[in-house]
Amino acid sequence: MISRLRQPWTDRQATWRLGAVACLVLLLITLMVVFVTIRAWPTLRANGWVSWLGSGGSVDDQLGEMIKTGQDPPEAAYHLRAWPLIYGTLVTTGVAVVVGLVFSVFSAIFIVEFAPARVRAVVVPAVRLLAAVPSVIYGLIGILVLAPFVGNHLISPERKASVQNVVQLDGTGVLVAVVVLTVMIVPIMIAIIVDALRAIPSAWTEGAAALGANRWEAIWTVSVRAARPAIVAAAVLACARALGEAVALSMVSGSRGFSPNPVDGITYIFEPLRPLAASMVENIDAMNAPAVKSSIYAFALLLLLSSLALSIGGYIAKLPMRRQGLRV
Amino acid sequence: MAATVGAPPPLPPVHPPEPLRPAPRGDSLRSWKWSHRLAFATCWACGLALCAVTAAIVVYMGVRGLQYLNFELLFSRPQPGLAQHTTGGILDPVIGTIVLTLIGIALAVPLAVAAAIWVVEYGRPAPLARAIESGIEVVAGTPDIVIAIFGLAIFQLPLFAPLSFTASGGGVFGRSFLAAGSMMSLIALPLVFGATREALMSIPAATREASWALGKTKICTIREILLPQIRRPIGTGAVLGMGRIVGDTAVVVVLLGATLQIERQGDVPILGDLRGTGSTLTSYVFNASPAGEGNAPQKAYAAAFVLLLIVLFLNFAVDVAGRRKEAGRA
Amino acid sequence: MSAHDHVADPFLDDAVPPLPPPRRRIRLDREPAPVAEPNGAPQRRSRERRTGPPAPERMRVDRLSVLYGSHRAVKDVSLPIHAGEALALIGPSGCGKTTLLRTLNRLTETTAGATREGRVLLDGTDVEQFEVTALRRRIAMVFQQPNPFPMSIFDNVAYAIRVQNRKTPRRKDLEPQVVDALRRAGLYDEVADDLGRPALRLSGGQQQRLCIARAIATRPEVLLMDEPCSALDPRSTAVIEELIGELRRDLAVVIVTHNLAQAHRIGDKVAFMYLGDLVEYGEAVQVFEDPRAERTRDYVAGAFG
Repeated sequence: MISRLRQPWTDRQATWRLGAVACLVLLLITLMVVFVTIRAWPTLRANGWVSWLGSGGSVDDQLGEMIKTGQDPPEAAYHLRAWPLIYGTLVTTGVAVVVGLVFSVFSAIFIVEFAPARVRAVVVPAVRLLAAVPSVIYGLIGILVLAPFVGNHLISPERKASVQNVVQLDGTGVLVAVVVLTVMIVPIMIAIIVDALRAIPSAWTEGAAALGANRWEAIWTVSVRAARPAIVAAAVLACARALGEAVALSMVSGSRGFSPNPVDGITYIFEPLRPLAASMVENIDAMNAPAVKSSIYAFALLLLLSSLALSIGGYIAKLPMRRQGLRV
Repeated sequence: MAATVGAPPPLPPVHPPEPLRPAPRGDSLRSWKWSHRLAFATCWACGLALCAVTAAIVVYMGVRGLQYLNFELLFSRPQPGLAQHTTGGILDPVIGTIVLTLIGIALAVPLAVAAAIWVVEYGRPAPLARAIESGIEVVAGTPDIVIAIFGLAIFQLPLFAPLSFTASGGGVFGRSFLAAGSMMSLIALPLVFGATREALMSIPAATREASWALGKTKICTIREILLPQIRRPIGTGAVLGMGRIVGDTAVVVVLLGATLQIERQGDVPILGDLRGTGSTLTSYVFNASPAGEGNAPQKAYAAAFVLLLIVLFLNFAVDVAGRRKEAGRA
Repeated sequence: MSAHDHVADPFLDDAVPPLPPPRRRIRLDREPAPVAEPNGAPQRRSRERRTGPPAPERMRVDRLSVLYGSHRAVKDVSLPIHAGEALALIGPSGCGKTTLLRTLNRLTETTAGATREGRVLLDGTDVEQFEVTALRRRIAMVFQQPNPFPMSIFDNVAYAIRVQNRKTPRRKDLEPQVVDALRRAGLYDEVADDLGRPALRLSGGQQQRLCIARAIATRPEVLLMDEPCSALDPRSTAVIEELIGELRRDLAVVIVTHNLAQAHRIGDKVAFMYLGDLVEYGEAVQVFEDPRAERTRDYVAGAFG
């Protein structure tokens, strides 16, 4: 067969063969969605399709129960209320994206407009480097450097004592998780926003300068305003990335299926939590139990659908700029 | 200098005569509103903070890594045991990383290049081509943990039993180098596909038309004329994909079985290893940190340092290739 | 079909039928200047010639040279710019007229490697003594390609006003100034129904008039125009030329053009540049009908450029 492949192809053969390979890729993707849904079915069905997203009891206990039920669990064993995990995801992702977006916009303006050439030659590779660092290294620094620092120096013993009946405050928690996640998603947003700012025609910024605008005004009122769709797209794509971050967050977020309570005041930022993706990673070993397996697939389905929706959202967000002919 | 006709006489010269001076750049900050000055300062602060954070990460990992890394560690195999911080090295994880990257890229590149060629050069029916492009974007945006879980679902099917090992109860284990490598190819696929597609679209239509006008078929044109031109961008895309594979942890943690050493499955030498389980640098770091088994932070630093070096080297190679291409074009 | 399509040759035609008035009336807030009665004499200019005391000198270019690296784009040019007049800079491509224009409001500073000798004076003060943003409030510029911002018409015209005020004025306060600027630019009638429309949806001629409205909204003293009609069709060109005729009453207008007929129509003074040198400067009638330099004679006769 190999020798037959090596003979010159005709165009018709090529169309079929290459097309088959291309369709194989599409097939894999479809299979992914289908398989995950099938495996998640039992949990969805047992919990009324969506009520497993709600709250009710400790999700860690529920998962523990599932492990105990063994290979042939009854319907009741699939009971799951995963709201603490979803809440953890929403908090970390939301805060990281908001803080990161502000930081990224100012950094992008700095790179495009204010940075002297020599400084730019340092900042741009720095951003690329940050984007390339593997997530496990961020997690390692978080858990070996940031968390002990927070635990030993920022959390007073009184604060630890005040909540010790409920949780242990050891430094891992909302604060460290948000910091690590922000650093991870900032390079993505900076890259998108810088590209968009550079695509703005210089006729606009020159026109603004000729009207008496200083450099900040010219870039803020004209370029950034025109690049708003790209900024939205950057936020959406960073959201998708933050949602799916499993490893680094499982290392720094405290790994308790616990909903940090805003009523606690400042202690809120030190309380542990566990986002959805991190929960999946942590329960991999328990996947022999069908109930656990089905729950994990349910989480995967939720993540898949969310990132799908966000990808589409990001594409739609950039359409206004594309319609104006800007290559973003 | 021709005499100007009709112009008024020049003004008397200014003493001292003004020297040749560069036009003053921009406007000085003194005239700006305070809110604009604040914004300017914020931009500078953010830019410098970026550099500071990057430097801190690189320097810290470097210091810790050099502190704990030595040749013995690099080239000896990890030993299972309680006193993790005193015994064993990281050779198996290094080998695991290399093997997994090779499998992943070996699967990703043919798939991605073939798909990209079909989409750009053929692409009929058009909705199918759009669907494939969108599908690859979906894969690019999917979290790697979801891809890992999907891999588990696939490789635990009895169909794929030969690719890993079957437990005595009949359940397929589903975790092996082959399983992990296949899913890694999905991770690298969008990068290689994108690079190939961009490269093909940047070749002007005139090149293709000249070849067709000479009587060559489309596939012949692709093979003999277009492919040689896009070899370098494919290489760049492949190196980017390798960087992403090397740095990925979730797929490894789920699909590689998390044994310290490479455990062979069956008796066949290489194939058995591929069917077996092992670890990579990323899963090793994860397990050695307090989040995993956790009592060997020194080894975690050492392994993380090696990992960082590999990733930086790959990105540096892409940069250099990009710069050489710019220089070649200029 | 524009009335200005037929350009009379001043040297050959003895009796040229009077040109019909432009078909499109621009409503202005003052009466237009009376058109000279057709009496058989060649009617080349639809405006009266400037009479009265000599106009005050608004700007002065004094032995200006501009270099890009080692290449001299403008060589030792001196000329005055008077208020109430339109100065047309003519010359073949690459002669430095655009560079000279951009130096007047210090836009050449944005080009890397640009240096200059000599001075440019605005009301007697060296242009470099001003803060550059303050300078550009007094000297406005309209570019060759219309470049309205991707905002509404109102926001475009109000842009300069907003930028130049310490406290951001409210929309209600801005409205009279915006409407006035649009009126003076002759665009108000066409867009009055919806000032919130995106500016990019206007036609090319309308966009350029919007850019002019934007430039004059803050009542600058000098208006620089870099070939404003070269990207437009003849009808829009005619409209804008009328506009320039009106605008020059309040401001000093400096217009770069490579269209000799246009320079003849709208210029009061003409400066002819060639390869960076200022070859001739004088009244438009004199430069076109009786040029003193031989190069000028060749150029206006169409020999080169």
